[in-house]
Amino acid sequence: MRNVLLVLAVFLACAVETVEALTIVFAVGVSRGWRSAVQGVAAGLLALAVIVAALGPALTFVPLGALRLVVGGLLLIFGLGWLRKAILRASGFKALHDEDAIYARELAAARAAGRTRRAAVDDWYAFTLSFKGVLLEGLEVVFIVVTFGSNQGSIPLAVLGAGLAVVIVTVAGIAVRGPLARVPENTLKFAVGVLLTSFGTFWGAEGAGARWPGADAALLGVIAVVAVTALVFVAVLRRAHGRRIPGSSPVTEPVEVL
Amino acid sequence: MSTLGRWLRSFGAFWWDFIVGDDWRVAAGVVAALAVTAGLAALRVPAWWFLPVTVLVLLGLSLRRGIRQAGNR
Repeated sequence: MRNVLLVLAVFLACAVETVEALTIVFAVGVSRGWRSAVQGVAAGLLALAVIVAALGPALTFVPLGALRLVVGGLLLIFGLGWLRKAILRASGFKALHDEDAIYARELAAARAAGRTRRAAVDDWYAFTLSFKGVLLEGLEVVFIVVTFGSNQGSIPLAVLGAGLAVVIVTVAGIAVRGPLARVPENTLKFAVGVLLTSFGTFWGAEGAGARWPGADAALLGVIAVVAVTALVFVAVLRRAHGRRIPGSSPVTEPVEVL
Repeated sequence: MSTLGRWLRSFGAFWWDFIVGDDWRVAAGVVAALAVTAGLAALRVPAWWFLPVTVLVLLGLSLRRGIRQAGNR
């Protein structure tokens, strides 16, 4: 069960980040040509692979209790951040992530920038933008892959979840030839936030020396409690948002399923 | 400020933003909650309940701050 949840959490997190990276890469490729954009993507993926290859085996030397305490704490901080943003977006207190608007902004910036050649790269601007997009969006995924994988003793399984998400989202992006604006990003971020917070709580408490009633089965209970509480927060805050702006619908932006 | 100083500053700011995010109080609360859980476990008191309860309280408080910030904009 834990392995299924591990792959699911990594897959969802990676899918969200890949959608965001794809928006940047598409804007660069369409406006400035694909050669340097693809070189940037390749360099970014290589850098991420090196980080996983270096950190993954290193973490296996850390005692499991200490690893769970530290990783649980970090996952909790990460997960609460994702969940907080997703709840604020779903309830209308924060604007939704709009891939179409981001794509238009990146496209305009890329068209306005000058062109310089460095080493084997024809267009340095296109290369660095694609590289940064992939590296920065991918860092969170690397963190999740390494922490989940090392805690479960299965980094290859976590890499599989991430790899599947990258392939599926990239193929979908190529098929629609543009940013994947229809992907319900906020819903995915909500789900990832629930899973990260739940795993972080479970591992953090175990690492601190607590013993869960029902052992591993308690993780499902933690996920249920976190998910229900987060949904209650969304419902309450939507009503509060409606009261704050009389006559408006509770959410001012296009609403994703939640 | 020197180039190295500026680089170190932006490097530190990146990692602070990457790990801690929008609300440093959540990070501080999580660290404190883990310490209390470890303390309860060391005293052989049932400690499993403390972290989930604290996490949900931290989330609620963080959302309240987020709403206040949204209202001030």
